[in-house]
Amino acid sequence: MIKKYTCIVCPNGCEIEAFIEGTTIFKIDGATCSKGKEYVKQEIANPQRNIATSVYVDGGDLPLASVRLSKAIPKDRIFDVMNEIKKVKLTAPVKIKQIVIENVLNLGSDVIATKIIDRIV
Amino acid sequence: MTVIKKDVVIIGGGPAGLAAALQLRNRGITDIIIIEREKQLGGILRQCIHDGFGLTRFKETLSGPEYSQKFIDQVEELGIECITGTTVIDITSKRKITAVSRKGLLEYEARAVVLTMGCRERTRGAISIPGTRPSGVYNAGVAQAYINLHNTMVGKEVIILGSGDIGMIMARRMTLEGANVKAVFEMQSYPSGLPRNIQQCLNDYDIPLYLSHTITNIKGQSRLEGITVSKVDEKFKPIPGTQKDYTCDTLILSVGLIPENELSLAAGVNLDNRTKGAIVDENYQTSIEGIFACGNVLQVHDLVDFVSLEAESLANSMADYISDGKLPECKINITTDANISHTIPQKVSGKKDFKLSMRVRKPLKDCEIDVIQNKVVIKTVKLKKAIPAEMIQIKIDKTKIRSLGEIEVVVVVR
Repeated sequence: MIKKYTCIVCPNGCEIEAFIEGTTIFKIDGATCSKGKEYVKQEIANPQRNIATSVYVDGGDLPLASVRLSKAIPKDRIFDVMNEIKKVKLTAPVKIKQIVIENVLNLGSDVIATKIIDRIV
Repeated sequence: MTVIKKDVVIIGGGPAGLAAALQLRNRGITDIIIIEREKQLGGILRQCIHDGFGLTRFKETLSGPEYSQKFIDQVEELGIECITGTTVIDITSKRKITAVSRKGLLEYEARAVVLTMGCRERTRGAISIPGTRPSGVYNAGVAQAYINLHNTMVGKEVIILGSGDIGMIMARRMTLEGANVKAVFEMQSYPSGLPRNIQQCLNDYDIPLYLSHTITNIKGQSRLEGITVSKVDEKFKPIPGTQKDYTCDTLILSVGLIPENELSLAAGVNLDNRTKGAIVDENYQTSIEGIFACGNVLQVHDLVDFVSLEAESLANSMADYISDGKLPECKINITTDANISHTIPQKVSGKKDFKLSMRVRKPLKDCEIDVIQNKVVIKTVKLKKAIPAEMIQIKIDKTKIRSLGEIEVVVVVR
């Protein structure tokens, strides 16, 4: 069976074809780099995604600090992780790369802040 | 009013302005000021909290705020002067700049000006969607600012018009925040955003994308209640009998960006009808001496990494301009065939290597882009695919340019 994928690793967005039978991959065609092949293998085994959202901040110059995950998580856990992130409230100041939730839902990924929020006095 | 004299005034503290300031400083230009309208530096990246920035520059995938902070940190470390909460309201052809701030009017006189004001979004009015005028109709970037900066959700049942990258990114963002994004409609027969965003923002969340469709009616009195969608023919005319109604409380428009050039026009800068940005030479100098432009105010970019590079290239030329008082004349015009929407720069001197940026008008497969002067192909780039969503950049070596004859950029489909 031939399955088609659009690689999301970089903006090139290679159109990649994988020849698969059951769980065996026979051939991966169309990737311009090795990351594309890895992406397709991961997509077949267990698709992973990163997400970006925001958390509340008390006493900051902005009401929200943007956050993302330190590494991708299984795609089907995205909304579970969103629910965890929604429970968090930070207090300013917030630094970039500050850990907001460590090892969220034991998925091996941290929720980290991506914006500086200064404290307003 | 005292006029403040500066070597360089940079208008806009987004990614282009920040990178230009840093590179000017690297080249020994210290008498610089960045004027920023918002309270903080960073420009549009402040609200682009998704990742995917910096892959070519930093070899890692960053969010917008992280990418811009890397530049802001350096600007602060080097003590480059920045004034925020200050809006430039006029520039003259003699590089006099008037700005308004809480302190009142400010006036600057610069040896050189960098225009980095970015873009605005095309609005409902500009594309003339029929119907009532209820609340709930937002531009994608406006919705993005509400959600990511001001902590205000804009709606629950969402339809998106236009398949631009920001629209697709907002489809995902709103889904994560609990909204029901019903569909994305695109008038063209191909998506206008990047393929990776169709996958990771739409397909991942089962949001359908309908090509060759547009909105032909907006309904609702105080709040949006629904829309009518129709299929369109090749000339984008709605096909009678194809109407379909959708209920929704929110309509997001992602129908294009327009470089923000009111100030450029005030200074007398000539604009290119195709890019809606300035006509520039290989130094990114506009038709007005000493006024330069880069970033999204010059041409809409797909990747911020390219904006930073463009700004640095501008800064290198500007440093030469400031030390020599003049740059080589650029008399060679660059033209394109119908397959290419535009090129930047539009003219060159032939005495300097340069990078041509361009976009194709429609998706093409197995094509080559030929750069021709005096009927001689001076550069060929073969492409497996070319899409309007992606900017194409081609480096041209000065040794290939042998005369002042026009340079033509054409597409050959194999």
